[in-house]
Amino acid sequence: MNRALLWILLPLALIVAVAVAFLATDPLKPFTGTGPPVEQLTIERTILDEHGIGMRVRAAGSAPMNIVQVQVDGAYWNFAQNPEGALDSMDTAWLTIPYPWVAGEAHHVAFLTNTGAVFERTIEVATATPDSSAERINLYVLIGLFVGVVPIALGMLFYPALRAGGANAFQFALALTIGLLAFLLIDTFEEGLEFASEASPQFQGSALVWLPAALTFAALMMVSRRNKEALSGVALATSIAFGIGIHNLGEGLAIGAAFATGAAALGSFLVIGFTLHNITEGIGIAAPMVAERPRLRVFVALAALAGLPAIVGIWIGSFAFSAHWAALAMGIGAGAILQVIVEVGAYLIRKSEASDRGWANVTTFAGVTIGILAMYLTAFLVQV
Amino acid sequence: MKSLWNNAVSRRIVLTSGALIGAAQAVYGSRSEPAAAPTPGHGGHGGHDGMITRGEVDHARNGFDPYAMLTDWDGGKVSKLPDGRTLREYDIIAEDKEIEIAPGLMFPAWTYNGRVPGPTIRATEGDRLRIRFVNGGSHPHSMHFHGIHAARMDGIPGAGNVLPGGEFTYEFDAIPFGCHLYHCHSVPLKRHIHKGLYGAFIIDPDPALHPADSAAASSRLLGSPQNAEWQEMVLVMNAFDTNFDEENEVYAVNTVAHAFMKRPILIDRKRPVRVYLINITEFDPINSFHLHGNFFDYYDHGTTLTPTLKTVDTIMQCQAQRGILEFTFAKHEPGMYMFHAHQSEFPELGWMSMFEVRA
Repeated sequence: MNRALLWILLPLALIVAVAVAFLATDPLKPFTGTGPPVEQLTIERTILDEHGIGMRVRAAGSAPMNIVQVQVDGAYWNFAQNPEGALDSMDTAWLTIPYPWVAGEAHHVAFLTNTGAVFERTIEVATATPDSSAERINLYVLIGLFVGVVPIALGMLFYPALRAGGANAFQFALALTIGLLAFLLIDTFEEGLEFASEASPQFQGSALVWLPAALTFAALMMVSRRNKEALSGVALATSIAFGIGIHNLGEGLAIGAAFATGAAALGSFLVIGFTLHNITEGIGIAAPMVAERPRLRVFVALAALAGLPAIVGIWIGSFAFSAHWAALAMGIGAGAILQVIVEVGAYLIRKSEASDRGWANVTTFAGVTIGILAMYLTAFLVQV
Repeated sequence: MKSLWNNAVSRRIVLTSGALIGAAQAVYGSRSEPAAAPTPGHGGHGGHDGMITRGEVDHARNGFDPYAMLTDWDGGKVSKLPDGRTLREYDIIAEDKEIEIAPGLMFPAWTYNGRVPGPTIRATEGDRLRIRFVNGGSHPHSMHFHGIHAARMDGIPGAGNVLPGGEFTYEFDAIPFGCHLYHCHSVPLKRHIHKGLYGAFIIDPDPALHPADSAAASSRLLGSPQNAEWQEMVLVMNAFDTNFDEENEVYAVNTVAHAFMKRPILIDRKRPVRVYLINITEFDPINSFHLHGNFFDYYDHGTTLTPTLKTVDTIMQCQAQRGILEFTFAKHEPGMYMFHAHQSEFPELGWMSMFEVRA
């Protein structure tokens, strides 16, 4: 025991010693001597209100960074920084500029550091950042319901038909679920990677998506198989609802951000597009429960689990949010969806083999294909 | 949550701008009107609704002050030649130096005598000039004078281009009279100019040589009683590209952005004003000068004693073009009279200034 402890402590001590020695002697000094420090600034949030422009920035420099001047549309403007002072790597600060921005037009903001480096951000279409009045919240709830809960509830209405359709329809429904989940998986990864590319480089970019996805997948597999049995029935439906819920959170973020930045010019059309797009999700959640006869409240709970996150997403998204959190959430969502694909696939194989039909047949292929196509084609309606 | 943030911000902005005005009054209080009667020009902070650089430049650390540069004529070390002519000798050294061109914003400049623009060399028509130039910088440099001189003295590669650690003495007669400039002519030219190697070179006319216009000539001649009536100043329009993308981040006269917004140039309205205006802005094809509430006579290159343009309020200059502006506020009411480049981009990036005209 003591010996084992020693073999843990010794390598650790040596690692520290090597690091200290390297830093003390600084053998790379000839390479880094005279150049200016490497500076990187990420603008994480933007707020436009009656006081002007507010931006939260995150520094990523090889030395503390000083933001000394701010230009808006090629003019120097007074500004306030909170907190004041130099920004160490990973530090954030709010910069507020009393700039009379023009609604509906573009503005270019540039931050200059003491070394003369310039970091720019374009506000494509200036729109007042929505406040959190009750009216606004109600609007978000309404949109969220139409984007998340309503389509899932509508999709679940196919449940009686699935039950009546017999084994063939059941297999088709499960395959359809796999198809739509495959689409959501790609979509979620894409959204996550896009957020990751906007996040401060300190967060390691796409690792912020891939690693949480892998870990979430592993963790959910571990939990769902803790009884050494594959998921089925309501438990499987719940897993699907959870994965879809996180995906809908991401959709909500995108919608909220689009509203906040004024990009959602299509408004109502966009919302109905999402409703159509997400109906398949309801079918997917209902499909594994065909063999059981769950109570109505189970359906209600599953619709809420899968749909309500859209409301939360819209609400957060409308505030302008930090890209790294969104990337992380999408990574978790992707991992959850992947796990559900595996579980639904296993369920489909198990069921179809039990009924002696075999799983690799035209029904499965048609289901997967139609699931993907339904998502793909309705996605045309919802380009945010 | 949101409204709290809003309130915090508004309070912060109010506090900061209040502090700025307070600081400006504290620093320049001795020169300005009493705080109880704020002049319109101090609206430079409030009146422009915050469109200004934030903070103050540390002129002491820079080692030069744009305000002092307005009038710090450098006549050199003066002696008489055997033929009776005046000899003016200068020692100028090129140095690499970090300078603050806007509050907090540092620029890795190349300088003549540690300042941008370099010393304002001022001589009289026909003087002999002997300029000993030492290159203490990290790159080859030269001094190329806009004047009449031999090819040997031109300060270009092959004729007076000085390697780091080397030196060269430029020698020529101060002709023609006018408002001129000098700058480094080493290659690459753009980089050597915009890094800060330039300065004003003023040659006053010798009244004895211009009998027809001797009154005008005398008024230009530094040291004459007629000249003492005038309020003269040199304004070098320059700009800085801090991130080296061949676009300027800062525009100014005499280097520091908004220097004369934060400290207006005092004008005694009883005395006429003469501005030696030089454009050495790199990357932009032209720069310009516009005076508010007044008109001026303009002498392009300053090489004539009668105006080349009469009664204008805006002129433009290409790079290295320069001229003399003459105007008076004698019949104006006291107050803040703005002047700036009239490409709106430039004033908003620092080339915006104020005359504070006093009775």
